[in-house]
Amino acid sequence: MDPTRSPGDRHVFEYAPAPESREIVDIRPSYGLFVGGEFVDGRGRSFKTISPSTEEVLAEVAEADATDVDIAVAAARRAHGRVWGRMPGRERAKYLFRIARIIQERGRELAVLESIDNGKPIKETRDVDVPIAAAHFFYYAGWADKLEYSGHGTESLGVAGQVIPWNFPLLMLAWKIAPALACGNTVVLKPAETTPLTALLFAEICQQADLPPGVVNIITGAGETGRALVSHPDVDKVAFTGSTEVGKAIARAVAGSDKRVTLELGGKAANIVFDDAPVDQAVEGIVNGIFFNQGHVCCAGSRLLVQESVAEEVLARLKRRVATLRMGDPLDKNTDIGAINSAEQLAKIRELSAIGEQEAAGRWSPPCELPEHGFWFPPTIFTGVSQAHRIAREEIFGPVLSVLTFRTPAEAIEKANNTPYGLSAGVWTEKGSRILKMANALRAGVVWANTFNKFDPASPFGGYQESGYGREGGRQGLEAYLR
Amino acid sequence: MSRIDVRKTYKLFIGGEFPRSESGHSYPVHDVRGRFVANAALASRKDARDAVTAARRAFPGWSGRTAYNRGQVVYRIAEVMEDRRPQFVEALRHGEGGTAAAAHKLLDESIDRLVWYAGWADKLAQVVGNANPVAGPFFNLSSPEPTGVVAVLAPQGSSLLGMVSVVAPVVISGNTVVVAASAERPLPAVTFAEVLATSDVPGGVVNLLTGSLDRTARTLASHMDVNAIDLTGLAGEAERATALEVEAAENLKRVRRAPAAEPDWSVSPGLDRMTDFLETKTVWHPIGV
Repeated sequence: MDPTRSPGDRHVFEYAPAPESREIVDIRPSYGLFVGGEFVDGRGRSFKTISPSTEEVLAEVAEADATDVDIAVAAARRAHGRVWGRMPGRERAKYLFRIARIIQERGRELAVLESIDNGKPIKETRDVDVPIAAAHFFYYAGWADKLEYSGHGTESLGVAGQVIPWNFPLLMLAWKIAPALACGNTVVLKPAETTPLTALLFAEICQQADLPPGVVNIITGAGETGRALVSHPDVDKVAFTGSTEVGKAIARAVAGSDKRVTLELGGKAANIVFDDAPVDQAVEGIVNGIFFNQGHVCCAGSRLLVQESVAEEVLARLKRRVATLRMGDPLDKNTDIGAINSAEQLAKIRELSAIGEQEAAGRWSPPCELPEHGFWFPPTIFTGVSQAHRIAREEIFGPVLSVLTFRTPAEAIEKANNTPYGLSAGVWTEKGSRILKMANALRAGVVWANTFNKFDPASPFGGYQESGYGREGGRQGLEAYLR
Repeated sequence: MSRIDVRKTYKLFIGGEFPRSESGHSYPVHDVRGRFVANAALASRKDARDAVTAARRAFPGWSGRTAYNRGQVVYRIAEVMEDRRPQFVEALRHGEGGTAAAAHKLLDESIDRLVWYAGWADKLAQVVGNANPVAGPFFNLSSPEPTGVVAVLAPQGSSLLGMVSVVAPVVISGNTVVVAASAERPLPAVTFAEVLATSDVPGGVVNLLTGSLDRTARTLASHMDVNAIDLTGLAGEAERATALEVEAAENLKRVRRAPAAEPDWSVSPGLDRMTDFLETKTVWHPIGV
């Protein structure tokens, strides 16, 4: 506790630093591509991956060019034709169970590495990203020998080209690779350019599991590499998680081809708080909804719709709660909010927040000191936001909450659905029938009631409208990889 | 002089412990060539009742675990079994005869079957449960739930693969079980119990009785705290099976009848060994502002 305060002061405790040791991870100075079961040099240039919380250079990573992509797709094709596509499901299952177990065994290592490369708090990587990634492999391992019960066919498609974002690097990898492999497909996966390290460690996990060469290929690179992968003529299936803009470009690029596509894109979720909601619980949910993972969450509850009669109380309690959030070293076990993932993303958040201010929305952030190095943005709340404001319409992908109010359920539905997106929504009320009525009326793929940001491999996830198409997770998640 | 080996005592498995029969009785077990192998515990009616009590005590905890967790626990049984291959192969060769290769094959199937059922834990509800589009403003969802304590008369012939094939589907959904093992070939079952004890299976989820069915089957079939009974172990014994089914009617146990002959356990199972021991629960809730 801060010694300058008297014991009578009702103030939050100060926390001593509690850093998780970095010793467990061994970051190599440079990484090649993982193709055909081994690490090979790329033909293109290379790029650096940095720690967003310190700007320290972590490693040099190969940037796959079109030829590298060709070679990786060919390796995947070979593995599909000769081994993986023919292997009985019950044998494939055992490889996936092995991978799930190794992720569990090396969980702490993965969590620390993810926090370093991504900037997100260790609390989240340790308790959310890594265990759910392992669970995802465990879940789909169990489907590999039960496809005849899926209702979506039993035949694999072939080679899947998969491109994933930087917000949940390992978890998104699991969402992509586990169902693809369970169904007998082979994959070429490209992690985001700012967060390649856990995917490269995953390549090592595939080696430890003795996964046949070429079943999983990891190629690193940026937009150009991703474009080459998704438009490659020998890729049967494209799976993309990322921005709506790139998703639309992919949809255009595959038009007229036989490629199957799933897209998991942006969102602008409404988190709707009714006047009978348990306020403290709702406030926790609002905080979790927008400040979890620095708001780098496609399904983040970035629009708070609060019923007018309780707006004042909810906001007061929300601000009090946000002021207690601890921002800083991602490896500190007490940290709630880590670093913004990149300078580019930070610039985008700043720009949209400045626009919010210009549009005369009330801007508030708790007093908080930002670290000198790295990319940081304080939790920010905009009040008095109208539906016309850009901060209420565009995905900010940062710790920025726009607050709007409503009077009737009909008005809440109207405002919540007034978006081109449709990924997720939240409803807070003690009344069960109202939850279900709202859930029916909301045009969103996932509706959380009296909770938010819950993920489980058994539960399908994905959006309506411009949030993309296809579902990941659950029995429905098999559909994208079977015929 | 060659070393004299230390021989194992084969006991019952009740509530996570390995008691001898409370009756103090045992019986000799012979290999396929008629040579003495070991004395196994001869379970009594009281042992059967104790096993039911243990299974009932374990039910809330086991059925209350997440499906994901149950799946991991059953998968862990497969891991530990794989680790003890030589022991099972030897037990199979003693009890069922045949070549080493055949015993390995049986063991492979047994382990893979556990893995297959492990994966069902968090998928069963997605395949046999569903939302119901009722004609009114109601949310209506049907989900499977375990029926409770299940007594299983394991196959008399296939002492490992057959036993695994009848026990795994019952416990994966959250039931707890009292198994009466093959009377003449009980040793693989006891070794399996030792695997369970060193896996992450909570005590009481699987309880194992060895000995003649004459002593235990009737107690299990008529026990008022047993919710269901699987009569597979009485394959081809229609009369005895019918008598037990009549006993079971007293508290309307769910009964899986005895087949005419012992099934071919190498065939991929369907869902019925799981669904036979499930209840469907349907929840209604109004929809409206």
